[in-house]
Amino acid sequence: MKITKIAALFILALLVALPTAGCRKKPANVTPLPGQTRGTIGDPGAEGLGAGGTIADGGAWGADSLTGLAGLDTFEGMAMDRGALAAYTVFFDFDSSVVRAGERGKVSSVAAELRNRPNTKLLIEGHCDERGTEEYNRALGERRALSLREALMREGVSGARMRTISYGEDRPVDPRSNEEAWARNRRGEFVLLLP
Amino acid sequence: MNRNTLTAALLTAGLTLWAASRAQAQTEIEIVRDMVPGMTKPVPVALSGFTGEAKAVLEFDLFVQGFAFVPPEQAQFLISGSNNNNVQGRLTDRLNGTTLLSRNYSGASLRVQAHQFADEIVQAVHRIPGIGRTRIALKVDFGQTSEICVADFDGHNPRMVTKDDSLVAAPAWVPGRMALYYTSYKLNNPDILYHDLGTGNRTVFSRRPGLNTSAAVSPDGRQVAMILSENGRSPDLYVSNSDGTGLRRLTSTPTDESSPCWSPDGRWICFATRMGARRVLARVPASGGDMQRIATEGVMNPSEPDWSPDGKWIAFTAQMGGFNIAVVPAEGGRATILVAGEDPSWAPNSRTLVYTRRVGGQRILSLLDVPTKQTKDIPRISGNNSQPAWAR
Repeated sequence: MKITKIAALFILALLVALPTAGCRKKPANVTPLPGQTRGTIGDPGAEGLGAGGTIADGGAWGADSLTGLAGLDTFEGMAMDRGALAAYTVFFDFDSSVVRAGERGKVSSVAAELRNRPNTKLLIEGHCDERGTEEYNRALGERRALSLREALMREGVSGARMRTISYGEDRPVDPRSNEEAWARNRRGEFVLLLP
Repeated sequence: MNRNTLTAALLTAGLTLWAASRAQAQTEIEIVRDMVPGMTKPVPVALSGFTGEAKAVLEFDLFVQGFAFVPPEQAQFLISGSNNNNVQGRLTDRLNGTTLLSRNYSGASLRVQAHQFADEIVQAVHRIPGIGRTRIALKVDFGQTSEICVADFDGHNPRMVTKDDSLVAAPAWVPGRMALYYTSYKLNNPDILYHDLGTGNRTVFSRRPGLNTSAAVSPDGRQVAMILSENGRSPDLYVSNSDGTGLRRLTSTPTDESSPCWSPDGRWICFATRMGARRVLARVPASGGDMQRIATEGVMNPSEPDWSPDGKWIAFTAQMGGFNIAVVPAEGGRATILVAGEDPSWAPNSRTLVYTRRVGGQRILSLLDVPTKQTKDIPRISGNNSQPAWAR
């Protein structure tokens, strides 16, 4: 019994002591550093994006499939007309995606235009002023666009006809840093998509 | 030596080792509790003998890791040496005269040697790895377009890794690898791309209708959290496997979630959201479940959280008038504002942050040592610099 304990302690002591005994001698006084920094970076991803990446279907989500966004492929090949609905750009309060009462007339006008042109679709762009952080603004811009899409659906426009893009604070119409500019930048723009 | 003496010696050795390891564990816990953000005094050191670039690197690196430069008679440590062809230097404890480090570097460049020396000083004094050889990714904004850039943590050796003439956002590293996820509008939609920096190959990781942004890779690299709006109601938090399969929705709120980040144990995802009228930080189990608010007492409008690699702190932006960098204990509690700025990202050392600072009409990156509150700007790269992510 005693002998086993001694042996165990001895082995333990050796195991702990060995690494600190400095078995390996360092080369005399010089620390050589490798010439290449680790992890070189290849040239910017040039021509195209590889098709390899697996992308799950942006598909049905059960209860949300009624409001869920239509696939991007359903908008492919359509031409953008920024002028057609430019007069109806909706403006938002700071940090809000609520469509103000005073702006709802514009939504109705857009709905009417879409009713008159049944082959068209709609791109809704959401934008923010610079007084938010960037990713927060990217999400807020999207919520503004979705808010307008919902408002249009309430006016009878099919959800499948509309897609949203948020630009966060990346695309101001007015680059100045004052209340007037900020108010102009907090907006949702309607871009008519032609077949 | 007879058997009894040997037994006694071995038993004593064993007991001593066991007691020492217990004491060390206790000391580590005490040091951790003592870190009050912004209230730690920097370690006073005096530099001598270095010139030019080597001196600049030593001063920069040490400053942002909690050292301050003082006359020798006030210093706790002396750092002396030269950089004629190569950097050589010593770190000496001024009070008891012991030499803690004596180094003679060769190879690479003077700059790399100086970074290495600074790292070894940090390791000797703070007992944590230095950050001198680490990297950041960032967004460079040219006005109409923006691109992703990778640089040394101090802004040197910048390399544009995209050339798409469109908009980008939110670069995020794959832990331990030279690969990024980021948001790109190259395909006329905000999509999340995966980019292998070594080969330059890119694939579309998430191109669902609506918004795809704010990718965040789990610490084990197996999952990616992101913000998607394909549900048509609002941007919500989703997670998928890193091969794109197995998409799960983690939040289902009528408001917008943003900026997910992972706890270092991979169990939680922290993000910004709204509860009622208030903007808050919250967390949700990565495997799904109810979201819980993370209290950030004393500040308002938190966003852009980042969880420290040691698990103890969450750094974030608090927007109150201007933007402020704040930290809060990871379980929530009293937040501490440290400096004006936004969008912080932790270094691997869990003490230095890189963040964005608005100066006039421009954006630059800056570094902050959280314990001492010492800050240093990074020289501007090409355009406006923002959305930094520290490779960990």
